[in-house]
Amino acid sequence: MLKLKNLAWLALLLPGIVQAQVSEFELDNGLKLIVKEDHRAPVVVSQVWYKVGSSYEYNGITGISHVLEHMMFKGTENLKPNEFSQIIARNGGEQNAFTGRDYTAYFQKLHKDRLEISFKLESDRMRNLVIEPAELMKERDVVAEERRMRTEDDPQALMREHFNATAFMSSPYDHPIIGWMSDIQHYEAEDLRDWYQMWYAPNNATVVVAGDVEPKAVLELAKQYFGPLKPETIAELKPRVEVPQLGIREIKVKAPAELPYLMMGWKVPGAKTVAEENSWEPYALEVLAGILDGGNSARFARELVREQQVATSVGAGNSLFSRLQDLFLVAGTPANGKTIEDLEQAVRDQIERLKQTPVTAEELDRVKTQVVAENVYEKDSVFYQAMQIGMLETIGLDWMVGEQYVDNIKAVTAEQVQAVAKKYFTDDSLTIAELVPLPLDGSPVTNAGDAHVR
Amino acid sequence: MFARVIVFFLTLTSAGVSWAGPEIQHWTTDNKARVFFVPAPELPMVDISVVFDAGAARDGEQPGKAKMTAAMIDEGTKAMSADEIATSFASVGAKFGASSERDMAVFSLRTLTQKQAYEQALETYSKLLSGPAFPKDAFARIQQTMLTGLQAENQSPQAIATRAFYENLYDQHPYGVMPAGNSDSVQQLSPADLQAFYDRYYVSSNAVVVIVGAVDRKQAENIAHRVTSGLATGQPAEKLPEVPLLKQSQHISKSFPSTQTTILMGEVGISRDDPDYFPLYVGNHILGGSGLVSQLSDELREKRGLTYGVYSYFRPMQQKGPYQFALQTRNEKAEEALSVLQDTLKTFIENGPTEEELTAAKQNITGGFALRVDSNSKIADYLAMIGFYDLPLDYLDNFNDKVNAVTVADIKQAFERRVNADTMLTVLVGGETTETE
Repeated sequence: MLKLKNLAWLALLLPGIVQAQVSEFELDNGLKLIVKEDHRAPVVVSQVWYKVGSSYEYNGITGISHVLEHMMFKGTENLKPNEFSQIIARNGGEQNAFTGRDYTAYFQKLHKDRLEISFKLESDRMRNLVIEPAELMKERDVVAEERRMRTEDDPQALMREHFNATAFMSSPYDHPIIGWMSDIQHYEAEDLRDWYQMWYAPNNATVVVAGDVEPKAVLELAKQYFGPLKPETIAELKPRVEVPQLGIREIKVKAPAELPYLMMGWKVPGAKTVAEENSWEPYALEVLAGILDGGNSARFARELVREQQVATSVGAGNSLFSRLQDLFLVAGTPANGKTIEDLEQAVRDQIERLKQTPVTAEELDRVKTQVVAENVYEKDSVFYQAMQIGMLETIGLDWMVGEQYVDNIKAVTAEQVQAVAKKYFTDDSLTIAELVPLPLDGSPVTNAGDAHVR
Repeated sequence: MFARVIVFFLTLTSAGVSWAGPEIQHWTTDNKARVFFVPAPELPMVDISVVFDAGAARDGEQPGKAKMTAAMIDEGTKAMSADEIATSFASVGAKFGASSERDMAVFSLRTLTQKQAYEQALETYSKLLSGPAFPKDAFARIQQTMLTGLQAENQSPQAIATRAFYENLYDQHPYGVMPAGNSDSVQQLSPADLQAFYDRYYVSSNAVVVIVGAVDRKQAENIAHRVTSGLATGQPAEKLPEVPLLKQSQHISKSFPSTQTTILMGEVGISRDDPDYFPLYVGNHILGGSGLVSQLSDELREKRGLTYGVYSYFRPMQQKGPYQFALQTRNEKAEEALSVLQDTLKTFIENGPTEEELTAAKQNITGGFALRVDSNSKIADYLAMIGFYDLPLDYLDNFNDKVNAVTVADIKQAFERRVNADTMLTVLVGGETTETE
């Protein structure tokens, strides 16, 4: 078996990669347009990103960004409900939309000849949406069903909601993207119209086009369709800074389930929120996540799953690209015969080791190699490339930050990984949630579920 | 504005779009493995899959065996431990994957083509496929993981419904076996069982090799040779028995403490080589296969707000796979949703689609052709399908023509003959209607 002692060979790779061309434009009305060329297949991905999401919301209307995303398919001054989808379908397109904490985005995938359809329809619904109360009432029901499916009937998702509401107090990351059920059931058409008016405007949007296109032609098309739209005065967002955490927070969530589940989260800085002098820290945390959970050879799989057999599955994830302060998460299911306490202790031992001992050169190389390789693999998906650009721009970072990702990771040292472990993995900023399974057979709730009391 | 959209769209359609699929190179290795290759020089990477006819349909009396065999492939060879295998892939940034469903067991490798990475990843990958050792310790651990997976199924109404659907639709047929097995069966499996299963089915004459990436024909031949030369030639898997159709309707209701009821309805559908494939595929696209614009979505979601998503699909397999309808709705609406679902299906069987609906469906399917093959990973998936199910090499090239040839009458006849709303299996899993507003 070959042994790779250093990363020198990686440099050899780079000239071989097709360096995709990215062009950036801004229209007079403030709309940003970013075009990434990828000529491998005659397709185009068109995405419109708005700076609005659940972290822009306040209590009482949580989830309104998401329901507005649904209503964007329900008709404009020029189109009947659902006609948007029908036109895209007839043009051989695939389309959908997604709402996050920091963004709302709409996309179409089409044959490259049909980009105009996307621009025509998207520019229309950017300013001309019609919100009919009757349509909204039906859509509230649809979203309530979506919430039941995704959250109410999924014990781990339910726990995650309670976890976030515990970890965050003054930050809008405290509430779910889909919104609380009571809020979902009480949106009025006027609420939606106000929200649309506030955020849906060319100067609050980024259009990302990736695929087999010529940037100049795309720009002309954008001018034609988005150019005439009037900009809006976009209100300055209040900072809503999370108050400093003053000690560990621990909760239990009881729900009908078979398996217990553990989630731990520490407050960490991201690329957007980090102080400038510490700009390397979020990347050191990325590497740290890769040391713990970068595939089957990482410490979690090797030691917690295979050696100690304390977890059936356990994962770690850093939050590099969030608009506001976020969490480094660890979550897992204990192995048969092991308890939540066993798993928590095993995770804590792993964290302690990161603080005490620098990671090995081999592990560091492995993580960096994986990042370089992944960067190549990602280019197989035009959609992903567009997604990365749109997400970065929308949370307020330059898309170039994505291009610099590999270099930023390569620059991380073992000492830096140790330093962020020591600095951020403290109990005072830790939130822990435990899913306590209740019986699934509908039998009366007993204290049996309390077997995991610590 | 709206009128212009329509005009624009008609112009494009009449202009026509070319839709040749990727050019597929095909050959058979000395030891009878069938190879399917598409060069893709743009990115310095290659995707390789080896697909065996070794899914759960081959489990026999030991449900879970095929899946566990696949899960054990990277848990140790005679020369390498699971840790060494994982490190070997990860240290060069390669990704290995194993999966096993009813028909196929699929082993995939994605690696950079940089020589050192490529050589190491390919070497390890080939060794895994040709010499798994099924070590005892790893066996015991994977067994526990599978048992935990079965427990996790019990907290998911969808998983419970899916199991009930397959077990009742297929009864004693091999497709009635859930790939994950059941706890009794998984507990009784032994490493020797897996070794025997491997010896029988993980053989080159039972294998399809798929290669897509930045390699030339000579390199591809070398890959195919290396990944199969350690395999015994063996025999292709036996033909699966034909699937008996349901003779009468069947209704299964399971209580579960959820806010929604999961509804699955369906019947025995079609095989990959079914002569009715295209009329049924296009017809179903209109009925429930086209997301937000399907008839079912219109009736259940758009008009009535009963569900977040409803769909129907044919799942063509070696033998007849299921034709399935699925949705979730709040418990108190389960009956209403089911009856709308049934009515929509009956109306469709009776009347077929309109000409307009058919035209729109054809435009959607054929106009989206380029999207089906716009990445290496999608092309690799198609190659696996074409290879495994013995479809013609020009399957993708002719796909649009076959779709365009379908008429309203074809769809109507095919649905009348093949889809029987009166002998459907219906599974409901959900709670009491006690939700508080």
